[in-house]
Amino acid sequence: MEYFLQQTINGITLGAVYGLIAIGYTMVYGIVGMINFAHGEIYMIGAFVAVIVFTLLGMMGVTWVPAAVLIVLVTSMLFTAAYGWAVERIAYRPLRGSFRLAPLISAIGMSIFLQNYVQLLQGARVKSIQPVVTGAIPLIETGHFQVAVTYIQILIIVLTVLLMIGFSLLITRTRFGRAQRACEQDQTMAALLGIDVDRTISMTFMIGAILAAVAGVMVTLYYGVVDFFIGFQAGLKAFAAAVLGGIGSLPGAMLGGFLIGLVEAYWSAYFSIEYKDIATFSILILVLIFRPTGLLGRPDVEKV
Amino acid sequence: MTLLKVENLTMRFGGLTAVDDLSFTANAGDITAIIGPNGAGKTTVFNCITGFYKPTRGRIGLGALDLAQMSGHTIAANARVARTFQNIRLFPRMTVLENLIVAQHNKLMRASGFTLAGLFGLPGYRQAEKAAVEKAKAWLDRIDLLGRADDEAGNLPYGAQRRLEIARAMCTDPVLLCLDEPAAGLNARESAELNRLLLDIRQRDGVSLLLIEHDMNVVMGISDHIVVLDYGKRIADGTPAEIRADPAVIRAYLGEPEGDAA
Repeated sequence: MEYFLQQTINGITLGAVYGLIAIGYTMVYGIVGMINFAHGEIYMIGAFVAVIVFTLLGMMGVTWVPAAVLIVLVTSMLFTAAYGWAVERIAYRPLRGSFRLAPLISAIGMSIFLQNYVQLLQGARVKSIQPVVTGAIPLIETGHFQVAVTYIQILIIVLTVLLMIGFSLLITRTRFGRAQRACEQDQTMAALLGIDVDRTISMTFMIGAILAAVAGVMVTLYYGVVDFFIGFQAGLKAFAAAVLGGIGSLPGAMLGGFLIGLVEAYWSAYFSIEYKDIATFSILILVLIFRPTGLLGRPDVEKV
Repeated sequence: MTLLKVENLTMRFGGLTAVDDLSFTANAGDITAIIGPNGAGKTTVFNCITGFYKPTRGRIGLGALDLAQMSGHTIAANARVARTFQNIRLFPRMTVLENLIVAQHNKLMRASGFTLAGLFGLPGYRQAEKAAVEKAKAWLDRIDLLGRADDEAGNLPYGAQRRLEIARAMCTDPVLLCLDEPAAGLNARESAELNRLLLDIRQRDGVSLLLIEHDMNVVMGISDHIVVLDYGKRIADGTPAEIRADPAVIRAYLGEPEGDAA
């Protein structure tokens, strides 16, 4: 029981990270109907910026943890937003209106490019930082087992939940959210009502990138190590999460993220840690076969 | 006073000339109807006016602007031309009210100082948002949909969706409203209601209307001025009475078998 509780805490933490990345996949799919395979790389870049800025702050002697984390978050968000914007502008916008596979291939190309670009600039070796947020709150102690939630886990979960609430409000309540949903449902009509569709799409990529940056920073804090390849796997898992929840559905992406995180944690704990990725991706395959619209997705209505 | 001045408009698709050297004008405050048999090029004219197509040749003057050189959202934002479609294009998964608020995007965007003021919830922006909701509600009242403000637009009955689409176009504050077959699929009562709504829009809001329509009750009942197209060319131009008596029109269009000339 204690073990189960501990794994649940770990799973939710992991799921929060997947959920944040998954929102980017699902939003972009919703508005331009493509899978942005370079999104995992944006997350990876967010993590690298975090490592670099943490190291710089350490050198400059900024030791007050909340300030350091805040500075890192903001810097990382700014960088990834710029990358997100640029990727759309360079690799996807020129192909809009082209055949369906074109942006997909371009996305895979962008993903490979960004991986190699980071590898060349930062080296292929694993980069690490000293633990920044340390300590834990013990919840249950039995003789031989202690259930604890670490401060960093609390930070990840709380920040993710806040972001998800803020983000849902942004989409449902604000002018930008309305424009975003309008573009999602009918871009030409949105343009006829005076909405700048290009701008809305750019904003969507930037917001997705910002959420991925938060995930990148959190993972850096959680594990303390990054390399140029982390975006690929996290990206695929977040993609699985988005599909599980129903691609195009925002609550679906969040739910899918948490579910994938939990499955991974339980599988690692009770079966075999080596096969945890197989478990995750088996879910992706099963969902695609038996419920292609995902848990919260709606059936794709043919657009005329 | 002339509002819209179409000069020598030509639109070719490969070998097909859909609109052939067409010139006509629409006066401010008028309801101008474009009629003609199927395939005469009416919708193509609309698509040129609203920036869907870039005309092969010609000028579409609206004030000092040339709509033929504009595209995308700038036509609604800068030229203030709004449009509805033959097949309804509401945002089906947004609420009825949201459909009307999203049409006021530009006004809110200016009020929000391009996001910044909106981000911090400054009073000026909140006021603008409130005004947008008020305006949307006033329109819902006018089209008898106030009770369904929070329903998804896709769930409304067909006639109500048509009215909502017109209200949404009006929420962009247009000077010219282009309606592509607004009476299509409406029954006699609904089409009479539509006539009243369109006349009301012209009178109360001072908006000029450009109308493609097959329903002759609507066309003859409310138009001030009718332009008749056939094979992309203008074959007649005048008041409803003149058009009714024009032999070229009767030959091309009204001379078809009795009943709904569509």
